[in-house]
Amino acid sequence: MIDVARHLRRRERWRLIEFAFWLAIVAVIAAFPARAALINEMLVAGLFALSLDLILGLTGVVSLGHAAFFGLGAYTAAITAAAGWNDPLLGLVAAIVPAALVGLLTAPLLLRGADLTRLMVTMGVALMLGELANKNAWLTGGADGLNFAVAPLFGRFSLGSMGVGPRNAALFSLAVLFVLFAIARRLRNSPFGVSLEGLRENRLRAGALGVDTSRRIVAVYALSAAYAGVAGALSAETTQIVSLDLFDFHRSADVMLMLIIGGAGWLYGGVIGAAMFIGVRDVVSSATPEYWEFWIGLMLVVLVLAGRERLTARFRR
Amino acid sequence: MAGQGCGGGASQPGCVCAMLTLLLDGVAYGMLLFVLSCGLAVTLGLMNFINLAHGAFAMLGGYVTALLMNRAGVPFLATLPLAFLIPAVVGIVLERTLYRRLYRASPLDQVLFTIGLVFMAMPAANFLLGDQPQQIHLPTYLQGRIEIGGVGIGIYRLFTIALCGAIAAALQIFLVGTRFGARLRAAVDDSRAASGLGVDVDTLFAVTFAVGSGLAGLGGALAADVVGGIDPSFPLKYLVVMLIVVTIGGANGILGALFGALLLGILDVAGKYYVPSIGAFIIYAVMVVTLIVRPRGLFAKGDGR
Repeated sequence: MIDVARHLRRRERWRLIEFAFWLAIVAVIAAFPARAALINEMLVAGLFALSLDLILGLTGVVSLGHAAFFGLGAYTAAITAAAGWNDPLLGLVAAIVPAALVGLLTAPLLLRGADLTRLMVTMGVALMLGELANKNAWLTGGADGLNFAVAPLFGRFSLGSMGVGPRNAALFSLAVLFVLFAIARRLRNSPFGVSLEGLRENRLRAGALGVDTSRRIVAVYALSAAYAGVAGALSAETTQIVSLDLFDFHRSADVMLMLIIGGAGWLYGGVIGAAMFIGVRDVVSSATPEYWEFWIGLMLVVLVLAGRERLTARFRR
Repeated sequence: MAGQGCGGGASQPGCVCAMLTLLLDGVAYGMLLFVLSCGLAVTLGLMNFINLAHGAFAMLGGYVTALLMNRAGVPFLATLPLAFLIPAVVGIVLERTLYRRLYRASPLDQVLFTIGLVFMAMPAANFLLGDQPQQIHLPTYLQGRIEIGGVGIGIYRLFTIALCGAIAAALQIFLVGTRFGARLRAAVDDSRAASGLGVDVDTLFAVTFAVGSGLAGLGGALAADVVGGIDPSFPLKYLVVMLIVVTIGGANGILGALFGALLLGILDVAGKYYVPSIGAFIIYAVMVVTLIVRPRGLFAKGDGR
C-alpha cells in the first residue's frame, strides 16, 4: 500500500513542462489580442473535451451525447442572465445544477448493454433535450435564440466583444479551465482515479476486487456532466450567444474527435485536441470555407488506420 | 398532406379513414426507413460493425438517381437499379480496402473511422455538386393520390410500400431459405468455426456489405422525393433516424429492422399529426425507453439483456 501511495504522490507532482504549458497559453493570449476570440473558443472547447475525457478516457465509458450537458449549461447561464442574475460566476455555478442532475438521472442507462447501447442512449438523451429546447420556445427562445447580456466579471472586467472584452473572456475561460483541470488531475491521481482506471481496463475484475463499479460510473458521469455544463455556460457567457444547434449530434461528435485527436485518458489530450481541431478549422475554413470538414475526416481516418493508441501512448503514464 | 382522405371536409383527426390514411402514410415512411437502414442492421447486427457512414451510401444512391434523371433524362424507374449497383460497388471497394481492417477494432475506433468517412463524403458531395438539394421529379403515373374505400393514399406511397415490402420479403427468404443465408448466419455466430468448415467468410462479408450499401443507395433514391431532394447534409441528418430504427428493432436480422422501421414510421407520422407540439421528441423518447427496457432492442433474441 505504501508503494501505491508513493507512486500516486509522484504522479501528482506537477512537472516543469506542465507549468510551461499553462504559462504558454497566458503568453499566447497576451501576444495575440486580435485572436482572443478564437483562443477563447479553443479553451471552452478544451474544457468540454476535458469533461468527456473524465468519462471516456479515464473510465472507458463511451458517450455520443455530451452536447446534452453543454447545451443545458449554456441555456441555464443564458436564461438566468436574461432573468437578471447576470453575474458570470453565478451563471457558471447555476449551470452545474441541471447538468449534474440530468447526468445523475441518466447515468444508470449507461450501466447496461454494450458500447453500442451506450452510444445510442447518450445520443438519444441529447436529441431529446434538443427537441425539448426547440419546442419550449417560451423559455429558450426557440430557433430565434435568447437575448441576454452578462455583467462584467467582478463588476470590472467586461466579457463583451468590444475592446479588451475578448481578451478578458479568454483569460476568464483559461482560469476556469485551469481550476477544473487541476481538480480533474487531482482526481485522476487519487485512489478513486486509480479505481476508475482499473474498471476501464477490466470492469469484471475491478468488481471482483471490491470496487463498486456501477456507483463509480454514475459518480464520474455526473461529474463529467457538470464539467460539460460549466463549459456550456462559459461558452454562452463569453460569446453571448445560445442556439438550438448546441444540442446537435455533430457537437457531440466534434468533441469526441477533439479528445481523440489529442489522445484520451491523460487530461491534456482534450485541451490540445480542441486547440488543434479549432485551429485546423480556422486555417482550412479561411481557405475553403465549406470543405474544412473533409480534412478533419481524413485526419480521423488516417488516425484510426495508423492506430491512435500508439500515437499518444508515449505521453500518457 | 396526411389526413385529407375523407372527402367533404370530414377529415378531422377523429375520423376513422383519416386515421387509416395516416396509418398508411406511416407504413410508407416506415418501409422507406427499412430499406434505408436494413443494410445498417446487417452490418451492425450480423457483422458487429458500427458503420456510421451508412447514410453516405444512401446519399450516393439518391445522387445517382437525381443526376441520371436531371442531366441524362433517364426515366425514374430505370435509374433505380443503378442507384442500387453503384453504391454496392463503392461499398465492396471500400470494404476490401478499408473496412475489413476494422472488423476487430474497438467500437470507438469504428465510430471514429466511419464518422471520418462521413466528414469526407459530405464536403466531397458539396464540392462536386453544390449544396443545393438535387430534386427528383416523379413521373406522372406515380403522382397524385387514389381512394380505396374512402381511404386516400398517394400513389407514390403505395409504390414505396409495395417495392420495399417485396425487398423485405426477398431478403428474409434469402437469409432463411438459401445456402448463402445459412452460411452467413453460421459465419456470424462463429466465424472461426464457419471458416473451418470451408465457408469463405471474407467473401461472404464483402458481398453482404455490398448488398447493404446497395440497399441504402436504393433507399436514398426512393427517399429523395419524400425528403425534398438529396443534399450534402443527408448522411448526418438521416443517420440518427437510421440508428434509431436499428436500435429499436434490435440488430439481429431483417424482421427486427422491419418492425422497428414500421413502428418508428407510424409513430413519427402520427405523432407529428396529433401532437405537433412535441415533434420529434416521441421517437427519441421511444428509443431511450426501449433501451431501458430491452437494451438490445425490442425484437432481439433472448431476454434482451
